[in-house]
Amino acid sequence: MSMRIAVGKGSCGIAAGAQKVYDALAPLLSGTDIPLGTVGCIGMCWLEPIVDLYENDTLKARLVQVRPEDAQNIAEAAKTGDLSAVADRIITAEDSEFLTKQTRIALRNCGIIDPDSLESAKAAGGYTAITHILKDGVTPEAVIECIKVSGLAGRGGAGFPTWFKWNAARQSAGDEKYLICNADEGDPGAFMDRAVIESDPHTLIEGMLIGAYAIGAQEAIVYVRAEYPLAIKRLEHAIAEAKTAGYIGKNIMGTDFSCDFRIKAGAGAFVCGEETALIESLQGQRGMPRLKPPFPAAAGYWYKPSNINNVETYANVAWIINNGGEAFAAMGTEDSKGTKVFALTGKIKRGGLVEIPMGMTLRDVIFDIGGGIRDGKAFKAVQMGGPSGGCIPAELLDTVIDYKKLAATGAIMGSGGMVVMDESTCMVSMAKFFLDFTAKESCGKCVHCRIGTKRLQEILTRIVEGRGKEGDIELLEELCNAVRDGALCGLGQTAPNPVLSTLRYFRDEFEAHITDKRCPAHTCTDLLHYEIHADACKGCTACARKCPVSAISGSIKQPHVIDQSKCIKCGQCIATCKFGAITVE
Amino acid sequence: MQCQCQQQQSDLSLLAPVLKEYAAVPGSLITILQHAQEIYGYLPTDVIYHIAEQTGTTPARVMGVATFYTQFRFQPVGKYLIMLCDGTACHVNGSSRIAAAVQEYLHVENGGTTADGLFSFSIVACLGCCSLSPVMMINEDTYGSLTPAKVLDILKEIQAKEGAA
Ligand SMILES: Cc1cc2nc3c(=O)[nH]c(=O)nc-3n(C[C@H](O)[C@H](O)[C@H](O)COP(=O)(O)O)c2cc1C
Ligand code: SF4
Ligand code: SF4
Ligand code: SF4
Ligand code: FES
Ligand code: FES
Repeated sequence: MSMRIAVGKGSCGIAAGAQKVYDALAPLLSGTDIPLGTVGCIGMCWLEPIVDLYENDTLKARLVQVRPEDAQNIAEAAKTGDLSAVADRIITAEDSEFLTKQTRIALRNCGIIDPDSLESAKAAGGYTAITHILKDGVTPEAVIECIKVSGLAGRGGAGFPTWFKWNAARQSAGDEKYLICNADEGDPGAFMDRAVIESDPHTLIEGMLIGAYAIGAQEAIVYVRAEYPLAIKRLEHAIAEAKTAGYIGKNIMGTDFSCDFRIKAGAGAFVCGEETALIESLQGQRGMPRLKPPFPAAAGYWYKPSNINNVETYANVAWIINNGGEAFAAMGTEDSKGTKVFALTGKIKRGGLVEIPMGMTLRDVIFDIGGGIRDGKAFKAVQMGGPSGGCIPAELLDTVIDYKKLAATGAIMGSGGMVVMDESTCMVSMAKFFLDFTAKESCGKCVHCRIGTKRLQEILTRIVEGRGKEGDIELLEELCNAVRDGALCGLGQTAPNPVLSTLRYFRDEFEAHITDKRCPAHTCTDLLHYEIHADACKGCTACARKCPVSAISGSIKQPHVIDQSKCIKCGQCIATCKFGAITVE
Repeated sequence: MQCQCQQQQSDLSLLAPVLKEYAAVPGSLITILQHAQEIYGYLPTDVIYHIAEQTGTTPARVMGVATFYTQFRFQPVGKYLIMLCDGTACHVNGSSRIAAAVQEYLHVENGGTTADGLFSFSIVACLGCCSLSPVMMINEDTYGSLTPAKVLDILKEIQAKEGAA
């Protein structure tokens, strides 16, 4: 029996306490023959920290929500093989289904291999695809053909066919070409790309090498957002290891294919996720989008032919080369092939990373895999595509995950953010939230986007503050159309989507705010009214003592009252009252 | 030429190795600014003038680039930089309550620094740990599943370590 222990240490696992667990285990295992290793994220975020026990390289037990105090028991279990002391930490059969119901390609090694070890990546099949291509003389054209057969489309949001972009960049005249990876991951609520880089950086590198070979690029650049320090560190390490091993650099594997890699850390600007803005930023400029055409395939980085893809797009490439384009295309729908990774968050029971074949329904993902809504509340909507996307309401939960079918709902596939909202989420205030975001992130180049998003934000603000006016809905719609039509880049063109889609499905909530000055979800504080019901109040004084602004008065054992002019609507009194005497409307 | 009202006296020699490596490489301005911020904690005006001079451009252009990106700061920051996420997932899970708790406890506005210089507070969009939302980072450490009580414990622990009240 040979045992080993692996601790999941992505930045999220670490935030949940994985490093402390690791540090507690390390001294207990030193001097034993049980290795203690690091892996990335398995994507079961709600169960972090996670510790895996392997016996002869097969998973013997997955321990979840582990605390440093459990270290002694875990070390014993690993030494003796007797799991009884850690039995209460072993993942339940139900939670395990979160993974068994998925099909993992882009995430195939995440949480399984050691991200800081090239050897570990190679043991899982890393670099076999590029080795096959270079050693067996597969031509760039044949690589592009294979990607074409696979039907792989861009996972960064727009879903453009990958082979087409590669082919265009290959066909562009010029010897100096660049291959860029978009790891800016700006959609707030999405973390697929971070998890891939932190957990399996070599898969990204290999996908990019294949892309660089296909288009004829000599340099590959990964643009990573600055908020991802651990991803940058692991990728730097992986690039260095790959360089030493001869996968990166001059005359790779003795062929005339040469490719250098470098990382560029972003500096915080959502618009830099847009490909031409990203290129401007790479050139040390303000990240303002360029007019297209010319597309990057013709004139990109330093106006040389360039190809830019998302992290997840590249993470599929080596698998496709190894397994054939047909195997990838066998999954999915007529329109959308392969799998897609989603970051499932919000009011969901099991939040984490989900990779499923296209063609599953939203209900499958949110309820079957994600376990539905937590705290026994009702599902209200799911936001897809973040600030560029839209919400999908309960009645459309059976919508199939497919680029066209999702677009028909007014939302988009997006890069994979799936934020689930329950009955306590106010959709009007969500729309305002997204416009606050886009108004702040607009680069300012176009008048419609710069000023239009600001005006939209103002109108939405007055609605949630109870100052909405008759005609505001129509004004929003008119302005949305103007912004969409007058904007240069995707940021402005899609900024109205969250407003339009909430208007489409939750128009009654807008009307309640504007006409009745009422927030049906009870979240817009300016519209709330807290009241103590004299007949139910026992006069226990608990609420009065809790109220931060002393808005509640009354004598002991007498009904209390709230001074509405003082109340700041913090809701603490309701949470305090044991007799249900306080209501909010 | 630099105007005389500049009182700042940053040690420009600290930046020399960075400029040596990048000043002549086209497109490196953001990289240089990132290194400068790492060295000085923010971008002092005299450093901006110096970078402009050394890279053969104007201070206006350097400022233009620096102000475009939220990462760059033009005021010194506290020893601990609190970045509280208000991305979609954190927002849905109540990040505004956490923000209110931090602001009330430290008496600090978004973008501000406490009087004792210990904490700076900034609200950001998504730190990539969305399923642990609400989330914040203090310097390089990430904290998840925050509640107002938990966030105060974390702040108090830092204050105790620093011997502050
Ligand atoms: C405002 C805006 C933000 C974007 N942010 C990202 C991003 O964070 N990550 C990404 O991969 N693509 C993003 N995109 C899409 C890119 O412009 C581009 O389409 C993508 O990187 C192409 O890669 P793909 O074909 O592999 O999807 C964004 C687009 C817009 C308009
Ligand atoms: S649409 Fe908005 S973000 Fe895009 S270029 Fe115009 S102003 Fe900038
Ligand atoms: S909602 Fe808050 S401020 Fe208003 S009465 Fe209750 S505890 Fe006091
Ligand atoms: S906590 Fe409830 S019962 Fe007690 S005084 Fe307040 S309203 Fe009355
Ligand atoms: S635990 Fe890392 S992605 Fe969730
Ligand atoms: S939304 Fe807060 S970490 Fe992503």
